[in-house]
Amino acid sequence: MNLKSIAGGLLLGALLAGSASAATLSIVNGDTGGNLQWLRGVLDEYQKTSGDTINIVPMPSSTTDQFGQYKLWLAAGNSDIDVYQTDVIWAPQLSDQFVDLSTAAKDVSKDFFPSIIESQTVNGKLVAIPFFTDAPALFYRKDLLEKYKLPVPKTWTEMASEAKTIQDGERAAGNKDFWGFVFQGNAYEGLTCDALEWVKSYGGGQIVEPDGSISINNPKAVAALEEAKSWVNTISPPGVLSYGEEESRGVWQLGNAAFMRNWPYAYALGNAADSPIKGKFDVSTLPVGAEGDKPASTLGGWNLAVSKYSKNQDAAIKLVMYLSSAEVQKKRAIDLSALPTRQAIYDDADVAKAQPIIPNWKSVFQNAVPRPSAPTKTKYNEVSNLFWSAVHDTLSGNGSAADNLEQLEAKLTDLKGAGW
Amino acid sequence: MSTIDQVQRVSSFDLWKLVKKTAFYLLVLFIVVVMVFPFYYAILTSFKSGTNLFIVTYWPHELNFANYLNVLQSAAFLQNFANSIIVATLTVLLSLLLAVTASYALSRVNFRGRGVLLMTILAVSMFPQIAVLAGLFELIRFYNLFNTLWALIFSYTIFSLPFTVWVLTTFMRDLPVEIEEAAIVDGATPWIIIWRVFLPLLWPAMVTTGLLAFIAAWNEYLFALTFTSSNSARTVPVAIALFSGNSEHEIPWGTIMAASVLVTAPLVVLVLIFQRKIISGLTAGGVKG
Amino acid sequence: MSDIAIPAKANATRRPDESDLVKQRVRAAMWFLLPMLAALAVVAAWPLLRTIWFSMTDASLTHLADARFVWFNNYLHWTVLKSGKVIWSGVLVDPAWWNAVWNTLRFAVLSVAFETVFGVIVALVLNAEFPGRGIVRAAVLIPWAIPTIVSARMWGWMFNDQFGIINDMLMHLGLISTKIAWTASADTAFYAILIVDIWKTTPFMALLILAALQMIPRDIYEAAAIDGVHPVKTFFRVTLPLIRPALMVAVIFRLLDAMRIFDLVYVLTPNSAQTKTMSVISRENLIDFDKFAYGSAESTLLFLIIAVMTILYIWIGQVRFEGGTR
Repeated sequence: MNLKSIAGGLLLGALLAGSASAATLSIVNGDTGGNLQWLRGVLDEYQKTSGDTINIVPMPSSTTDQFGQYKLWLAAGNSDIDVYQTDVIWAPQLSDQFVDLSTAAKDVSKDFFPSIIESQTVNGKLVAIPFFTDAPALFYRKDLLEKYKLPVPKTWTEMASEAKTIQDGERAAGNKDFWGFVFQGNAYEGLTCDALEWVKSYGGGQIVEPDGSISINNPKAVAALEEAKSWVNTISPPGVLSYGEEESRGVWQLGNAAFMRNWPYAYALGNAADSPIKGKFDVSTLPVGAEGDKPASTLGGWNLAVSKYSKNQDAAIKLVMYLSSAEVQKKRAIDLSALPTRQAIYDDADVAKAQPIIPNWKSVFQNAVPRPSAPTKTKYNEVSNLFWSAVHDTLSGNGSAADNLEQLEAKLTDLKGAGW
Repeated sequence: MSTIDQVQRVSSFDLWKLVKKTAFYLLVLFIVVVMVFPFYYAILTSFKSGTNLFIVTYWPHELNFANYLNVLQSAAFLQNFANSIIVATLTVLLSLLLAVTASYALSRVNFRGRGVLLMTILAVSMFPQIAVLAGLFELIRFYNLFNTLWALIFSYTIFSLPFTVWVLTTFMRDLPVEIEEAAIVDGATPWIIIWRVFLPLLWPAMVTTGLLAFIAAWNEYLFALTFTSSNSARTVPVAIALFSGNSEHEIPWGTIMAASVLVTAPLVVLVLIFQRKIISGLTAGGVKG
Repeated sequence: MSDIAIPAKANATRRPDESDLVKQRVRAAMWFLLPMLAALAVVAAWPLLRTIWFSMTDASLTHLADARFVWFNNYLHWTVLKSGKVIWSGVLVDPAWWNAVWNTLRFAVLSVAFETVFGVIVALVLNAEFPGRGIVRAAVLIPWAIPTIVSARMWGWMFNDQFGIINDMLMHLGLISTKIAWTASADTAFYAILIVDIWKTTPFMALLILAALQMIPRDIYEAAAIDGVHPVKTFFRVTLPLIRPALMVAVIFRLLDAMRIFDLVYVLTPNSAQTKTMSVISRENLIDFDKFAYGSAESTLLFLIIAVMTILYIWIGQVRFEGGTR
């Protein structure tokens, strides 16, 4: 009887799984509520013109969760998913499992930001086509800067001393929970992003250079980390060492921080109707190490890739090209204030009218640094893990920046072996 | 003689009894508060939205049902809910069915290698979930179960079956031999013995194991996420993980908490129904030493 | 009169003359076992053996198919340099791995110990008769009923240093003077996951023990009460020995789970090298670092460690496998 019910299950399962028809595509992504609805709308339009049916397979928004699932699905040659929405750093790690898009995109690839296209190209193969992008900024309380008659900080030290002034002032005025600066200090990919910005904006390179050489152990990087370490427990709460994006936004949005490093999503939320800081803050490029250094923003964002195991590759490629087209990206920029990956859209009058913050971001992208995912290939996650561990150790007072970076260099060299 | 003693003691120690009673109820209160407080906090949070989420409160200040509406209006949630009920129920029924007979064999019949067999069964649940994920996934594609509820029932067997077998074996082993002997003398087959003699006595154990296994299946996340790709087969924990804010890094706490409350409530009802069954079967069985 | 002696333990003989009957029973037992074993084999054999197999190959998740067999190189292997120096590598000499083993063991032993004690107390309370018992039973089960993915995050929120309710409460009670960053440092994070894990799984223990308590014949207590045995003594002399088998099983299953702890660590600790557990580290290698074989080796070792612990525990605790022959 038990066996029978199992056998029945097998049969039923076979019937259910077999009913997927050939003209159907599945696109998997970890987009969030509003974005998902928007995508559904665009796909509905597309279905009318193309005749294909497109299902969205939603995934949790945690990038780690998504990465794990996709890797497993791809490893098992899952043909149920045709299009994957991928993080910028995944391209080199998943390149073998995706279709080369360079032929399909050869006429349009020049319209995209070259840095983003480059990040998605592995050994001449265009693994994924950029869909939308993301870059962090410095959020500051303009009311408090005015109150204490301070300028928008240009360098990190300037930011730290202003943060201290405001923090002391606000605490004296009665807000015991006030802090100067919040960022993402938990040991995770977010810390790699934050710390890469510190190091790069001090002129300390980008951990592993595009040619594959390990550059992290240098005096400028040490100086950058020492500077960051001096913030913890002075202008930043000790708990910052466990903060991700949402925790820092929590402190910030309660009006308990003068500065915050975060992604653009916090902009709209901070200006929500019930926000105590509504209209009291603004954003600027992240500070630099010293006058003359260039600011750096870690490149984020998402791309579209076609699975090698898809049974409808041509239809899938067509869909991907459509979604990344100027028309769709412009619509996305206007509707969702998502940052486009095509340069021309930043100068578009309609976009500037609907979302005035977008044109400002063009300059941020000219300073965008990619994480070293391209040169380190499949070892990127491990590199990043070693890097954020070294940074987290430094920030929590577990060894000096110089020691930790020296050890990091040794570990990275070991990991690199004969080559990445 | 002892009865008289007892009576005297009771009357003379009224105050002591009162103290004991008070202490007992304080203990009950303490346990309930500690266990329930985080859930209470979840309920509080489920009524909040926007910036209020970051503000600590101990009592509800607003009764905002927007989050609940949010959850219930997404058509998929009810579907996911139904999926969870089907998957958890079938997993538990299947496990109990397979386990009852197996535990009888493992606990009441003497054969060589029982210890090794029990250890092997246990070993199945010793690997970390993530390590068996790849192999299970291949298997599920091989049986063509991907994106069906059967994939989940199938994979949940890996943890629910060893658990039910072990617990039932333990409980059956400790039942006195006499209750079986009479039936054997009457010429009852092992099958009859299980259904007529052991099952009535095993109610507390069955209900408990069933409840615990049900909840474990109900809350499983990793398998449910990996082996499904659409709402027709996804379960509630996955659905909760899929609730998202309007932008990439935002976590919609209010909605997540509302969904958690909605998901936990039926389990509480389930316990309320079944806890009556967690009462001694043995007194009824009339086994005397 | 002295019914305190457990009827089951005494008088453990079965008449040997019924050999036919015994044979029939054994045969029936085999048939009873078969469906369960078949089900387990169908589900588990392939994934488990595959993990063990992969731990002896150089497989990566992107190239599962063309994995080469490398024997035990993932566990331990050495290269002799020209200078004659020997370099050891593999999981067995990986300090990160042993650190994770230590973290996990420390956590598992502490949390299971506390859970057992609290579980027994809660079970005794739930076993007593008092008005509203049903509701209290349901209430106690709530922590176990909240999905882990939610409760881990929820506690993360409650433990937040700035807007978490735990710090707020402790401040109001005057127990701390500055807000503690619970999840930021390895030490406090360890206590945080202990607290959450104990909170979450005490109901599991309590319910299993409650079932065991309910299986104890009432007349044993009545006899003890009539004899005037002190309740505390009754507990240690009568109750505890009788619920011991169930307690042992509950502990074994909790130990299995605690040794594989993942979600809580992932959400509630800074994932620096100091706080990683075995599951976290093997997940990292399996998925994130594209070292599928190395991760499989770690998973297999985790399996072996759990197996050894279970066997030791069964041996020391003298869990009986025999029974029914009394």
